[in-house]
Amino acid sequence: MSANLQEAIGPVCESFGHDRTRLLDILLAVQQRLGGIDDRAIDAVAAELAIPRVDVAGVVSFYTFLAPKTRGQLVIRLCNDLPDLMMGAEEVAAGLEAELGIRFGETTPDGRFTLEWASCIGMSDQAPAALFGDVVVPRLTPGTARRLVAELRQQPPGADLHRLLVRAYGDGANAHDLVRAAVENNLRQAGEVIFAQAEPDAGLSKALAMSPAEVIREVKTARLRGRGGAGFPTGMKWEFVRAADGPQRYLICNADEGEPGTFKDRVILTERPDLLFEGMTIAGYAIGAEHGILYLRGEYAYLRAYLEHVLARRREKGLLGKSVLGKPGFNFDIRIQMGAGAYICGEETALISSCEGLRGDPKNRPPFPAQRGYLGHPTSVNNVETLCCVPRIIQRGSGWFASIGSRRSTGTKCLSISGDCTRRGVYELPLGTTLRDVLARCGGEDAVAVQVGGPSGRLVGPEAFDREICFDDLATGGSLVVFGPGRDPLWVASQYMAFFIHESCGYCTPCRVGNVLLKERVDRILAGRGEPEDLDYLRALATTVKTASRCGLGQTSPNPVLSVLDNFRPACEARLKEPFEGRQTGFDIAAKLAEAQRLTGRKSVHFDA
Amino acid sequence: MAKPKVATTSLCGCFGCHMSLLDIDDRILKLVELVDFDRSPINDIKKIEGQVDIGLIEGGCCNEENLAVLHEFRKHCKILISVGDCATNGGIPAMRNMVPLGECYEEAFLNGPTVVNPTGRIPDDPEIPLLLDKVYPCHEAVKIDYHLPGCPPSADTLWAALVALLEGREPELPYELLKYD
Ligand SMILES: Cc1cc2nc3c(=O)[nH]c(=O)nc-3n(C[C@H](O)[C@H](O)[C@H](O)COP(=O)(O)O)c2cc1C
Ligand code: SF4
Ligand code: SF4
Repeated sequence: MSANLQEAIGPVCESFGHDRTRLLDILLAVQQRLGGIDDRAIDAVAAELAIPRVDVAGVVSFYTFLAPKTRGQLVIRLCNDLPDLMMGAEEVAAGLEAELGIRFGETTPDGRFTLEWASCIGMSDQAPAALFGDVVVPRLTPGTARRLVAELRQQPPGADLHRLLVRAYGDGANAHDLVRAAVENNLRQAGEVIFAQAEPDAGLSKALAMSPAEVIREVKTARLRGRGGAGFPTGMKWEFVRAADGPQRYLICNADEGEPGTFKDRVILTERPDLLFEGMTIAGYAIGAEHGILYLRGEYAYLRAYLEHVLARRREKGLLGKSVLGKPGFNFDIRIQMGAGAYICGEETALISSCEGLRGDPKNRPPFPAQRGYLGHPTSVNNVETLCCVPRIIQRGSGWFASIGSRRSTGTKCLSISGDCTRRGVYELPLGTTLRDVLARCGGEDAVAVQVGGPSGRLVGPEAFDREICFDDLATGGSLVVFGPGRDPLWVASQYMAFFIHESCGYCTPCRVGNVLLKERVDRILAGRGEPEDLDYLRALATTVKTASRCGLGQTSPNPVLSVLDNFRPACEARLKEPFEGRQTGFDIAAKLAEAQRLTGRKSVHFDA
Repeated sequence: MAKPKVATTSLCGCFGCHMSLLDIDDRILKLVELVDFDRSPINDIKKIEGQVDIGLIEGGCCNEENLAVLHEFRKHCKILISVGDCATNGGIPAMRNMVPLGECYEEAFLNGPTVVNPTGRIPDDPEIPLLLDKVYPCHEAVKIDYHLPGCPPSADTLWAALVALLEGREPELPYELLKYD
């Protein structure tokens, strides 16, 4: 190990107590110092922590934000989620490529800039958006993107680029000294629970006057269900954790918000951080945890200093730390764990792996996290919005909460609305609101299709617009993407499959391979080369992937394809071609000729490929 | 009654299977009595003229022309037979499946030791059929009714299979006719 590498890496490992479970933080810090993590840095970290090299290399190769190869000093990650593509991300990309003289995936010869595509960065309401390093630059046009890059180029190395990148601050806490972001909240509708004005920490005081069992009972009577997507009853989850054996318990707040088109947790983190930490503290009290972890997605790194500041303030006020609010024996504190750009880390077992400093691979269940979670201890993983409901339930009572929404889906839901509508942003509405009502509010009445619940949810057409947004009908973790006239449902499915292919952790074959095959077949139909048998093939393969995949990603990834088959079948059938009798339908001639056409520069004389 | 029609072609093969067909020796006279030949290298007819009862395919599919011919056969033949290991498995030509297509083209047209190509480009002449990304056995592209293994299948094998089909029987070939070592 060379002397200066050791000088850089030694202190970083030291600052994390040479704790192997903090490997992800260590590597993020090392990368910050060195600008990238090459083979020598991997060796050095492995030696310093006395762990096998492959453990370090595995983590580096897993996370998008960690770079096994050297990248430029400034990595520009342009979001390629559907709302971004619909708002012109490809034109922005062309502008960036022209200005920098490189393609996406490449680094400029002077080593200053790298261009990359990113999965949804949580800015769909202000698309197209990109991350320039940690800095979010929303609402890009080809012109502004080019100008920005040209200006950045003029800066001497090491200059502070923030001033150039952020010309005007967004509203609310986006303008806070520790945030200084151009991001807008676009909070269009504040509801009664999350975004209503409320007395700070009233819920916490009240909770600490109750017994943990009473707190859990209150949450159960409120019939609070998880807001992260799966809708599991929160009180029941806490009861399991509380009942599980073990000297310690953990509470993890899932702020990974990776489901494309979802950005409501960002707005909650920006505008209601105290409410969230209050909720985490109550949850910690209820389950008997002393440690809470906020797992913050890497894309939201710009919020970190601000959130740390809020935590520090709460510690000073005695709202965190030893004997919270003077309650003897209740000690609780929160640390922030940064993610590093992996959608799968939103899945709770993968999230736990990631907090443990491992690759973000999902774990087998059982045991469930409530039995054996973080470092083997009983753990409750809850979504940001779920935890924010808790102080309000305790403060105003479960009856009040249960009176909002519908019978089986109580409370409000924060919806992130983007795409072809005039008023994109966050809407906090009672559960049970119809899709038609939502579309009217956001100016998306002429929608031909709406993706409810992100790629893993479903794509529905106008015949479903009278259905309700709630756990028992159109369930959603919060994402609603509106598609206006002229948008093609098959294109939507194809794009979402590309997302899943990129984000699959690769552990199991049905998901790793199946998603690729699904996309290939969808693309063939899209190109007008589909045959009637393709529809049966797609359904059969989609079913296999769903049933044979290990975690929630693969179990839901075929949903875009199934949605199109179920809800937009005529659009598919209209493009199918009847093959002549005796042809094998799976044999895609155009695909097999594509390479030769590229190499020779001519078209096939026999086939329309 | 009109005689049954037979057509044959060689796709990506070496003509060894057709040679084997000619190896039926004097039985060829009997064959001519039994059937009429439509498109075949034997009579040099280049396009199938009508409905064909039995089509024999030698060789797999390595390029667009192979595929087009195979489609023509499938459309016109009641019974289609893959003859020989190239047709049934891809055979020797499929060894190129391990090599990226770009390298195949470069070896053939740019870098090969005997290549003289002053343009330095891969030719784009439509007379040179585009290669498929891989060499495929025929049954991957169209439905095939029978497969005759062997490189090539022996004359006796071919004869036994043909005669059975012409007589309207399922070909049942004894072990000796399918054993190659
Ligand atoms: C692939 C995948 C990604 C997920 N991403 C998130 C996420 O970004 N945020 C979240 O809260 N839950 C996400 N979940 C759901 C979590 O696994 C878990 O159910 C949730 O965090 C529990 O909190 P809740 O009960 O409060 O909803 C994801 C699940 C899967 C399968
Ligand atoms: S389903 Fe996909 S993401 Fe989940 S474990 Fe398997 S490969 Fe990984
Ligand atoms: S199977 Fe053998 S004899 Fe027949 S074409 Fe192929 S290589 Fe030639």
